[in-house]
This record gives sequence, structure tokens and C-alpha cells, in this order.
Amino acid sequence: MLRTALSLLGRGDRQADRVVPPSGHTAWLTSFTAGAMTFLAVFALALSLASGRLADRWSEALARTATVRISAPPDQMEMQTRVVLDILLSTPGIASARALTDDEQKKLLEPWFGPDLPLEALPMPRLIELTEAPEGYDGEGLRKRLAGEAPGAVLDDHTRWRRPLASAAARLRLLGIVSIALIGGTMAAMITLAANAALAANSQVIEVLRLVGAHDGYIARAFVRRFTLRAFTGALAGAAAGTLGVALLPSTDAAGGFLTGLGFTGWWWFLPLALPLIAAIVAFVATRHAALTKLRELM
Amino acid sequence: MIAFENVAYSYGGGELLSEISLKLAPGSFHFLTGPSGAGKSTFLKLCYAELLPTAGHVTIFDREVKGLSRDEVADIRRRIGVVHQDCRFLDHLPLAANVTLPLTVSDREVSNDDLGDLLSWVGLRHLADALPPSLSGGERQRAALARAVIMDPEIILADEPTGNLDWDMSMRLLQLLAELNRMGKTIVMATHDLNLIRQSKTMVAARVLRIRNRRVQLAGADL
Repeated sequence: MLRTALSLLGRGDRQADRVVPPSGHTAWLTSFTAGAMTFLAVFALALSLASGRLADRWSEALARTATVRISAPPDQMEMQTRVVLDILLSTPGIASARALTDDEQKKLLEPWFGPDLPLEALPMPRLIELTEAPEGYDGEGLRKRLAGEAPGAVLDDHTRWRRPLASAAARLRLLGIVSIALIGGTMAAMITLAANAALAANSQVIEVLRLVGAHDGYIARAFVRRFTLRAFTGALAGAAAGTLGVALLPSTDAAGGFLTGLGFTGWWWFLPLALPLIAAIVAFVATRHAALTKLRELM
Repeated sequence: MIAFENVAYSYGGGELLSEISLKLAPGSFHFLTGPSGAGKSTFLKLCYAELLPTAGHVTIFDREVKGLSRDEVADIRRRIGVVHQDCRFLDHLPLAANVTLPLTVSDREVSNDDLGDLLSWVGLRHLADALPPSLSGGERQRAALARAVIMDPEIILADEPTGNLDWDMSMRLLQLLAELNRMGKTIVMATHDLNLIRQSKTMVAARVLRIRNRRVQLAGADL
């Protein structure tokens, strides 16, 4: 199928193409539809890829890390931190654990309080980051042990807020894929309508061609090549405009915000180039089906 | 070449043709006559599988038409030239491209010399680049005849080809058909012009088929 469509685009059958008169509104309608749909498909693709990256990142973080927060009077903070670290490092299933430095904690609060936060003057909890080993640890058991030996320590395994976010990101990715499928389906429907209109407008041409012994495949080819080329060129313009639009979005900031991360990375920038080819194949299949169905209705 | 066996054709609940049994021999020339609406065009359409019989059997080149695929029908039409009264062309293509259309759709080519000879034979060489809408009725008929013969068909079916032509042009077209018949082509020409049939006696040995009361009969000396 792909080879036939590409062959039709590249070499084609100029004689077959000539027998159909140049058409008016169906020409730009097909190109415009393909262009607009591909433009939207580029954004759906970018959305799908970005949400996929986000879902992966969050899922990975969810699975690997947790935080222990210690709230204690300043004179007990050092001691409780040591106790918690001992507990964590002796707990099976925890690969590593370390207390965040004051600078790291300051950096975490910077987005909300600015860079000049006097951390030492505030009753800040101490944060301990732990990394899970592949076999995993017993979260419930660890909570109980912490409650007994370091009452001010609370285990936060991020599940509460990361899991719904990761799930939402995964659904957003699915939504992007469904959008691309719907865009493809809409494009196929529009091109089929345009092809049917062209076939109806050229019924006399078809009649003459049948009279002089043209096979259905020959007649269909004349229409299919034209619509495939129109869809391809329209989609090429739509893909170029869409990719440019994505490129002009604000670049990813250090925090990796979702909206600013909507785009392609690395080789993925070449992915929109596949859309015109897909549009050409969709047009090829839709027009060929419409043409052969219409021809079968005629004697 | 074409054989009808108890053929009937019904349309809209009424029978237009019935109990037709005949054979068109190779190299024969038949006029098909009858009043308007008698079924002449329907008979010819049955001859090139544009219509299928509602009863009986039509055999073209020893192939029963009812069992043919669409592409097989197309292949048969490459061996039959058809000329209509309201001959249709692809109006966006010049005359030469229209005449060579049967070759184009068969992925065959024709030399410029051969095309020039053919257009000269029908007296249209000077109009090779003209678009069909600019042609007169007679020119269109001759162009249709050129298109019908360019594939060197074994059979030529002409449906009222002189219907829109003056007498001189009608005779010119008849002469061309007679020439083709002398070259061995089988000709069936539908016409209601009895004068034309009488005049043809000096050019060709033709038989006359008449459609009367839904049946095709061999006409007698009353013509």
C-alpha cells in the first residue's frame, strides 16, 4: 500500500491524470483540509509526546524515591535526623538515604519565598531523601518504626500526589493519540466527500472512458493520484506550519513545567515529517475506495 | 461475432425487446431501423454490454456477457468501436487526444503519422488541436468515427450517427463506414432515415434489420 501510494506520488500516470479535467473547489478544499488537519495533528502529537514524557518522569520518580520529614525542636533536630538515617539505612529495600543540606532546602523553597530566605531563622523541618532498592521496602512497617523511635518523623512516599498526576499525564497521552486518530478519520471523511463530488461532477468523463474500454483501475488512478498529491502538498504545508508553531512555544524552563515542555526533543522533531506521508496514504485509500465504489455503481 | 439467443430486455416494468435471436457474421453490414423509441439504442447497448439482457443470452466474441467482469467488459469494448448521435468527448482535451483516447486507456501509443493519416481520412487533420466544443455536428461525428476505429476494432456500432447531419455529410459518413466494411469490419448502423439506406445500395451490400413490436426482423423489399 505504502509503495503503491509513493509510486503514485513520484512517478504516477500522467496520461491517466490528464483525462480528468482540472477541477475547481474540490482541489483547494482537499489541500486545505489536509493542511488544517495536519496542523492540528502536529499539536496533538506534541501534546501526546510531552504528556508521555511527563507520565514516564513522574512514574519513575514515584517508584524510586520518598521523603522523610522531621519536625522537632531545634535542639533535638540533629539527634532525630541521625536516628532516622540509622533506621532508614538499616531497613531492607532502601538503597540510600541522605539529609538535604540547608542550601538544597532553600532552593526548594526559592520559587515561593525568593532567594533571600533566612532559613536559619525559621522553624524548618529537616528533609531526608531516600532511594528505594529494586526489591522495594515495607512502607507500613517503616512508618510504625519511625513513629516509635522518632516521633517527629513522617514518611511521605509521594503516592498521594504523584500517582494521580502520573495517571492524568498517561490519560493525556492517550487523549493525544485518540485525537490524532480522529483527525486522520476526519481527513479521510473530508477527502472521500471531495472525491465523491469530483466523481459525480465528472460522470460524463467516466462514461466516455468506460465507452472506449478503460478499466476501473485506470479511471480510479486518474482521481486517486490527483487527490493523493493534493493531500500530500496540503499536509506538507500544515506540518511545516504546525512544527513552526511548536518551535515558537516558550522553551522548557528549569522546573520542567508542563506547558513550557510542550514540544519535541531530539530526533522527535522529525516525527511531524511523517504526517504528510500518512495524509497521502489516508487520501490514497479514501479516494481509491470512493472511486471504485462509485464506478461499481455505474454499468 | 455477436449472437443473440431468445434475448429480452425489460425496463421499468415493460418489455422493450423480446425474443431476439440473431447472429452478426464477421464482415457484415447491417442497418437497424425502426421508429423512435422502438429500442434501436437498447439493441446496440446490448451489443457492447452497456446493458445486460433481462432474459436470454448475448454472446460477444464467444463470451457470454452475463458472466463477464467489469474489466472483461472493458476489454471487449476495446474490440468494438461505438459512434453515438450525441457523441461525447473530453472537452478539455484537443481533438487529437480525444481520438487517441482508446489507445491512451489501453497504455498503447500511436505514431503521429498514423494519427495524421486517420484524421486526414475523416477530413479533420487541420482540426487536430481544436477543442471538441468548437467542432460542428459533422466534425464531431467524424471525430467520433475516428476514435471508434483507432483501435482497429472488429465491430463498429453506430447509433443514429447521421441524426444531426445534413444530407451531404450523412453520405460522407456512410461512405466512411462502407470503406471500413470493405476492410472487413462488421458494421451495425442504427438509423430511421430510409433514404440513406436506399442510397447505400450503391456502396455496400447491407442487410436491414427492423425493430417492430419489440422484435427484430429482417426487413423485406418494402424499403
